[in-house]
Amino acid sequence: MESNILVVDDSAAIRKILQRVLRQTGMAIQTIHEAGDGEEALALLQSNKVDLILTDINMPKMDGLGLLAALKRSADWASVPVVMITTEGGETKVAEAVKLGASGYVRKPFTADQIKEKLAGILEPAQPL
Amino acid sequence: MNVQNLIVSSLRHSVTEVFSTMLTGNIEFEDMTVEKSTPEVTDRVVSFIGIAGTWTGTGSLTCSPNAACRVCSQMLMADFDSVTEEVLDAVAELTNMIVGNLKSDLERHLGSLGLSIPTVVFGRNFKTKCAGAEWIVERFRWDGDDVLLRVSLRPGDRPKAVPDQSEVFALDV
Repeated sequence: MESNILVVDDSAAIRKILQRVLRQTGMAIQTIHEAGDGEEALALLQSNKVDLILTDINMPKMDGLGLLAALKRSADWASVPVVMITTEGGETKVAEAVKLGASGYVRKPFTADQIKEKLAGILEPAQPL
Repeated sequence: MNVQNLIVSSLRHSVTEVFSTMLTGNIEFEDMTVEKSTPEVTDRVVSFIGIAGTWTGTGSLTCSPNAACRVCSQMLMADFDSVTEEVLDAVAELTNMIVGNLKSDLERHLGSLGLSIPTVVFGRNFKTKCAGAEWIVERFRWDGDDVLLRVSLRPGDRPKAVPDQSEVFALDV
């Protein structure tokens, strides 16, 4: 089954890079949605179903930890895996994300292999033709 | 190790990691300097990120429009030959990664730190100023383009989160 993914980052450059990297992973992906912050992500989720969320932590308006907390409080979205992708390598932010229910963590700068490795087991690989 | 040496060492490590992972090209570091004022900026792209916590200050990256376009072209795998919003965004993200990794390194020694959202400026004949700051300046050449990284950091008002640091971290600038 093809998955729908939501990428949340205030940097349009990072969103584009993640679009490219995700398409290169070989995972079965249908649509990659984009949002520039947590509020925009929550608004987008009102009308779109997603199977995985990749989010930055340090963003304006609602940051990644605020988004994660809101998702885990929601009956509709609590079970959707959330992977944090951020420059925040500090123990405090990572521990807070894990405590809130994050499924994983990738530190920027990242390679395509690191993203693929982190998503293995979360998303299904594409079926061979 | 004093804070100045720690910043220079972490900054070089961060630049090397970010450029080797996200971009291509050769990096050549020049000697670090300490400067009390910031020079007049002529036709450059400058980005800033605030640092706050047990220590407070600013991280900044300055490069030519050409270097900024190269950053964006390599990151997005598309051609950019003028400074557009996408180019400024790519420079902001580059600065965010470099200063973010520096911050993570420093946190292990200095205690908890936070970063602001980056700000990027592009223009001609303008000056920047940070009140009372001394800048640790690290210059490097990226395939012939000059890139300037500056960090100003001093102890914050709050008590340090990491105990017993007094014998190690005198700000030797």
